[in-house]
Amino acid sequence: MPTFVYMTRCDGCGHCVDICPSDIMHIDKTYRRAYNIEPNMCWECYSCVKACPQNAIDVRGYADFAPLGHSVRVIRDEEKGVIAWRIKFRNGEKDLNLLAPITTKPWGSATPDLRKETAPTQEQRDSQQLYSEPKYIRMDDGDVHTLESNGLKMKVGVYY
Amino acid sequence: MAYKTIVEDNIDVLVAGAGLGGTGAAFEARYWGQDKKIVIAEKANIDRSGAVAQGLYAINCYMGTRFGENNPEDHVRYARIDLMGMVREDLLFDMARHVDSTVHNFEDWGLPIMRDKEKGSFLREGRWQIMIHGESYKPIVAEAAKKNADKVFNRICVTHLLMDEAKENRVAGAVGFNVRTGDFHVFKSKTVICGAGGASNIFKPRSVGEGAGRVWYAPWSSGSAYALMINAGAKMTQMENRIVLARFKDGYGPVGAYFLHLKTYTQNAYGEEYESKWFPELQKLVGKEYLDPEVSHLTHRPIPTCLRNHCIIHEVNAGRGPIHMVTMHSFQDPHLEEIGWHNFLGMTVGQAVLWAATDVDPKNENPELTTSEPYVMGSHATGCGAWCSGPEDISPPEYFWGYNRMTTIEGLFGAGDAVGGTPHAFSSGSFTEGRLAAKAACKYIDDGKAEGITVSEKQIFDRKEEVFKPLEHYKVHRNEIVAGTVNPNYHNPRQALDRLQKLMDEYGGGVTVNYMTNDKLLSIGLKKLKIMEEDLEKIAAQDLHELLRAWEVKHRHRASECVLQHTLFRKETRWPGYYYRGDAMKLDDENWHVLTVSRRDPKTGEYTMEKAPLYHLVDDDEVAAAE
Repeated sequence: MPTFVYMTRCDGCGHCVDICPSDIMHIDKTYRRAYNIEPNMCWECYSCVKACPQNAIDVRGYADFAPLGHSVRVIRDEEKGVIAWRIKFRNGEKDLNLLAPITTKPWGSATPDLRKETAPTQEQRDSQQLYSEPKYIRMDDGDVHTLESNGLKMKVGVYY
Repeated sequence: MAYKTIVEDNIDVLVAGAGLGGTGAAFEARYWGQDKKIVIAEKANIDRSGAVAQGLYAINCYMGTRFGENNPEDHVRYARIDLMGMVREDLLFDMARHVDSTVHNFEDWGLPIMRDKEKGSFLREGRWQIMIHGESYKPIVAEAAKKNADKVFNRICVTHLLMDEAKENRVAGAVGFNVRTGDFHVFKSKTVICGAGGASNIFKPRSVGEGAGRVWYAPWSSGSAYALMINAGAKMTQMENRIVLARFKDGYGPVGAYFLHLKTYTQNAYGEEYESKWFPELQKLVGKEYLDPEVSHLTHRPIPTCLRNHCIIHEVNAGRGPIHMVTMHSFQDPHLEEIGWHNFLGMTVGQAVLWAATDVDPKNENPELTTSEPYVMGSHATGCGAWCSGPEDISPPEYFWGYNRMTTIEGLFGAGDAVGGTPHAFSSGSFTEGRLAAKAACKYIDDGKAEGITVSEKQIFDRKEEVFKPLEHYKVHRNEIVAGTVNPNYHNPRQALDRLQKLMDEYGGGVTVNYMTNDKLLSIGLKKLKIMEEDLEKIAAQDLHELLRAWEVKHRHRASECVLQHTLFRKETRWPGYYYRGDAMKLDDENWHVLTVSRRDPKTGEYTMEKAPLYHLVDDDEVAAAE
């Protein structure tokens, strides 16, 4: 569904321009407000809607199949780690409020900086292991799987 | 040309495209190359780019070896039957044996993965899928890449790979332009990991007008993974294996969780089960080996995705459409109803918008399903991509040339959609492939294989001229007309995209011809693509945004050409439901139980096609994994 921007709410901060994966949120040079320059390349991914600090961006169903009068609004709260949705049907009969977690840890805190890890040994370099393996594969002492370890033999035969 | 040239030199690992594959590569490269210079060039903003930009509600590839659920070889068997036999089993096994560690890392980084409270394991949606609250999946993995790369260049549209002039067939980096500033960026690098995307929008979409962006796969996936590698002369495989998806009509909402977790099912317009009645005739086309519902029932071997599409397509053609997803039973349970909505909000918000707009409450009404337009990609239920080396401990000689996930171009590696023959990798598998490629790329450098790389100023200058040519062409010819978009000397990017989509749809087997094509149609299609290539030299861009679209359509065009070459070469209908060769309707195991490999000569533009051996490394008999 293509996004659009409410004129009175947008302050031209450009967060949507920064985040849009399709490069279609741009700032209008005359009004200094954001707008969708190419609705037919919009995936309604809501990246800009979630990023807008003014809640100025909304989405309307595509004109080729969606009637008017509905709404799906969202507030993504990074600090609380949750996302809240409100879905209102066109006929007013359904009004859903849904909440979901988006992360279980403070942002970036749990991602390792691999410069600080102990450098891999030559043995690890020569093995089939990746970072944090084998521990992270099975959470036990097992190593990476090979055909042999799994009781498999390379089958002979080329099929042309 | 007034745009600055910015050179980033002495890069060890350049990651071109940072979706799930690229982020995995940048992260892992740091561990094996702690002193190496790792740089990311991404077309959008790494925080929300690639196919997972809006989130995912499931991780579709997780073995659960730790919980005694599956072993890697089980996944090979599954992906093999789903792709009608045509997979690289070495690459699949390799991805599957590492994918669990990727998912365990994700959980450690903060990705909320749902738990099965009774078993203590991750909550399964199906045998291979686990359920997550994945709205922020991409920002979470982007953190891992950003923290570990030396530099992240956002908004760089990579247009070409650079080639080494000291040694033939060796990569030397990449070039592209910044879609915001217009600066020309040169990345001189010892290795490149291509993590760019597969191709949406190369076939005419079902949506029209304002809705043309409403496609299943991200509209910014412009086939760059393929075009960059094909143009550089890399060998490609299985490019005929395009995918058609069965999805909720118009919104393209995912059906996996609906089928598997919510236990919904399909029926025709008259409330009848339709699938099984198409099986006997279909079995004559593909053989009992690939479609045997009784055996499938006993062994839980799934009916291949393409064959289920076939049933939908034929039932609709028989006049008993639309196909409905029966949601009315499951959705009486408020918990399942909530999951159904969350499933959309976490990954395909547009479907929720559509149901709200059309007052479709799945509790009271069974929504419609349909089959999508075709897509070309390598990580979903389809395996297009580059012909890559496998790991040394698994791969037979024909599949092994030293460095895992290295293409046939030295120093050029693939991840995610870029790697051919590894379907069912999805997000976690793509990230894993990035990790595998990164380790191998570091080894390649440490082995001294990347010494003495040379890139001349001429190569850089020539590329710069080429990159900005659409802007120049516009400037030269714009004033020949009064106003508007109709010009005798150029097409704009949208006009070119429309032309490509119409051509691919009508000659390559898109929706309007019911996925049907033949040798004659494909030959005409190739001829028209050739002429279109001449016109693409005259594509005009009035600003940097259009320059981005111009390069996207050029990449889509190249990927399309390769798709038609492959489709013409494989003279059989291997995947009924993805496409049909009307002149060779039967699956032909005698002649075509092989992988197809192509190479486009960068100098002449000619394609060479060959058959490559298909090794079945994993035997058919499944031993229960939970021993």
